[in-house]
Amino acid sequence: MAKPTSKMSSLPSPEDVFQVTLSNGITVLARSNFNSPSISMGGYLPAGAIFENDEKLGLADFVASMLMRGTQTRTFDEIYNELETTGAGMGFDSGVHNTSFGGRALVEDLPLLLKLLAESLQTPIFPKDEVERLRAQLLTGLALRAQDTSDMADLVYDRMLYEGHPYGRPTDGFVETVQSITRKDMEKFHRLHFGPRGMVIAIVGAIHPKKAVEEVERVLGGWQVPGQVEAPPLPPLKPVRKTLKSHHTIEGKSQSDLVVGAMGPRRKDFDYMAASLGNSVLGQFGMMGRIGNVVREKSGLAYYAYSSLHSGVGPGSWEVNAGVNPANLKKALGLIEMELRRFVKNGVTKNELADSQANYIGRLPLSLESNGGMVNALLNIYRYDLGMDYYQRYASLVRSVTRAEVLEVARKYIDPDRLVIATAGP
Amino acid sequence: MKNPITHVTLKNGMQVMLKEIHTAPIISSWIWYRVGSRDEVTGKTGISHWTEHMLFKGTRKFPGSTLDKSISRDGGRWNASTSRDSTRYYETMPADKIDLVLRLEADRMINTIFKEKEVASERTVIISEREGSENEPVFQLSEAVQHAAFRIHSYHHEIIGDMADLRSIARDDLYNHYRTYYVPGNAVLAIAGDFETKSMLKRIEDLFGRVPKGPNPPRLARPEPEQKGELRLTVEGPGETSFTQIAYRFPNATHPDYFPLQVFESLLNGASGLSYKTARLYRALVDKEYAVDVSGWSEATIDPYLYRITITHRPDRKPEEALAMLDDEIKKMQDGPIPEEEVERAVKQARAVFAYGSENITHQAFWMGYTAMFADYSWYTKYLNKLAKVTPQDVQRVAQKYFQPHSRVVGTYIPKGKGG
Repeated sequence: MAKPTSKMSSLPSPEDVFQVTLSNGITVLARSNFNSPSISMGGYLPAGAIFENDEKLGLADFVASMLMRGTQTRTFDEIYNELETTGAGMGFDSGVHNTSFGGRALVEDLPLLLKLLAESLQTPIFPKDEVERLRAQLLTGLALRAQDTSDMADLVYDRMLYEGHPYGRPTDGFVETVQSITRKDMEKFHRLHFGPRGMVIAIVGAIHPKKAVEEVERVLGGWQVPGQVEAPPLPPLKPVRKTLKSHHTIEGKSQSDLVVGAMGPRRKDFDYMAASLGNSVLGQFGMMGRIGNVVREKSGLAYYAYSSLHSGVGPGSWEVNAGVNPANLKKALGLIEMELRRFVKNGVTKNELADSQANYIGRLPLSLESNGGMVNALLNIYRYDLGMDYYQRYASLVRSVTRAEVLEVARKYIDPDRLVIATAGP
Repeated sequence: MKNPITHVTLKNGMQVMLKEIHTAPIISSWIWYRVGSRDEVTGKTGISHWTEHMLFKGTRKFPGSTLDKSISRDGGRWNASTSRDSTRYYETMPADKIDLVLRLEADRMINTIFKEKEVASERTVIISEREGSENEPVFQLSEAVQHAAFRIHSYHHEIIGDMADLRSIARDDLYNHYRTYYVPGNAVLAIAGDFETKSMLKRIEDLFGRVPKGPNPPRLARPEPEQKGELRLTVEGPGETSFTQIAYRFPNATHPDYFPLQVFESLLNGASGLSYKTARLYRALVDKEYAVDVSGWSEATIDPYLYRITITHRPDRKPEEALAMLDDEIKKMQDGPIPEEEVERAVKQARAVFAYGSENITHQAFWMGYTAMFADYSWYTKYLNKLAKVTPQDVQRVAQKYFQPHSRVVGTYIPKGKGG
């Protein structure tokens, strides 16, 4: 019938992704896409919350949000005026390991975007009035977080699962820590941790890759920070010895949120793909997998009920989330626990695994069609050392996972008698 | 504009819009029905959205238990949503798998079962969806403002419906709603992506052409009378943060004033889809420390609807102070024409947003059907030209016409928690 005519696969490969490391250590990844006159860029550098002490939680986040609020050459308003006048956009964010950035523009405005990126990274001045203005916004954000059942259940869950570990602390901090952060703290954090070593930037869009690299070299090639401090190694994670439960009370809410889970694999671990496919069966495939089927479809208890696997540099989390009426909290938790027991006892069926494998392979072109999707794919390949031919090998990687491997990885990480259960609501 | 479209009406009245795009092996299919929350009467609010949920419960040929699996197995992405004016279902698939969704949509247009048991379990799912929204102060405020703004017109209620109706709507109500509105003459099928138009059209005619025509459903039309004076309201609830929402009345999407208002909106609150830190209200309220955030949005609708501005207040300032600053900014735009380059800026911003959208085939299929709900596809293709023709005087005139206190609703959320 509708015979496809597009010639090629949109999957990146070593032949079409240009990768260069500049003399100061910045890695640049670039790929062309001339289907639209736009470009996307994204990247990260190792300046995350891992460097914060408990008294200054939220410092990396505060610094990241201040980068575009005044540099040696431009004010906050001037920076945004340049961006918004051209319809471009750019932003910074921070996590435990990295400060990340992303942006997009019409291709004619790539030089502008990179110039503003370079200035924000190298010469922010943390103007006093902007610091206080942003502090008021961050504190309002924390007041709203305190009222959000989903955010608070996540926060309590992370605190229990990652007790004593950097992953157990909220990167946006607490009211008292955000109040205590000074301009000097920010300047020091920037001086010690922002630099070219470990920085990665990916550019995808209507530009030749070599030209994109030249543009990056022009604005960031001369950046040198001799004293850039290396991140400390992650401490070991304490195992969960018995099921831990905690409820955070927020009065006056009509819905409670729950998180039930356990430690998961790191992204680089050999069993990540088996865990990911197992998770798809458990709480993603179709209408939120088995969890969605039992909690939403069969019992009508929730609008959303799903599982997810969060895997990065360090120990991951394999968790189930749902939002339910406060009166149904116990019932929903019971159903979820039952599904987890079934999952680790019997694993997945042949058909379930085949369905999820087909889904992973089939959806690939969709996840990579936009420039932003491709930027994320390239950054993941680089960050987790997957190899630039990763998407060429992807289908066979997915297909090679067996039912026995899924069962093994499920049992390795999920013990229904050692779960972490966090709830928030009335 | 690149990639011209093919627009055909089948014998049973169904409109088909096709756009070939050969940049990736992907096809996105959207089917739109001209029914939304505006077609609901008191006692049946939320029925369009609930019907949308029921279309995922299956037909005899595509039982609910296997339906979503069939799409997901092929690597597709699919979902649906209900708006004030329409209900839409989409699937974006690897190009060689599109036949499955064509068969599915043709079948569920007439053969969805609506089992009692499934109506019952979906009732509590939707109640849970509403309870999740009720957790948010801005939802509560927004709902109250909308109720106040529309006394007569059915834009009065939220799309999800009132809790009382979610408890009382019965299976036959849903089924009758479905049979009334899900007919070919009330539907638009819009497909974009990697296909060949001739063979795609033939397949659509084979599958959808056999669906009986059925009577075209009437649409509910109760025009809202002119508002005679500013309306103010408060909503109280938990938390520490106050919000104010100001709703001005906007014309429908095909009104000549719509485009000058788009320019006005981009100056006041920023262009849709972009950051808004140099918008006039952000500078006046946030930079000057009257508020921590201010944003605004409008919708392209069949009947006149609203332009809403939401202010997130600082705990150390009174809501009235921020509102006074907002009034000052609007007055400046009413008192004199804006510089010509501000129109050029709005056009450049829109051009960029269009370019970002063209990276994505799902997005391109969306726009064909979406514009058919309130205008036609030329509304989209001529958008940038029409924006470029707007003059500073047009912007001043619409500022004077639409931004008067006597025709607005001002709602404030008053937190009753610590510090509230």
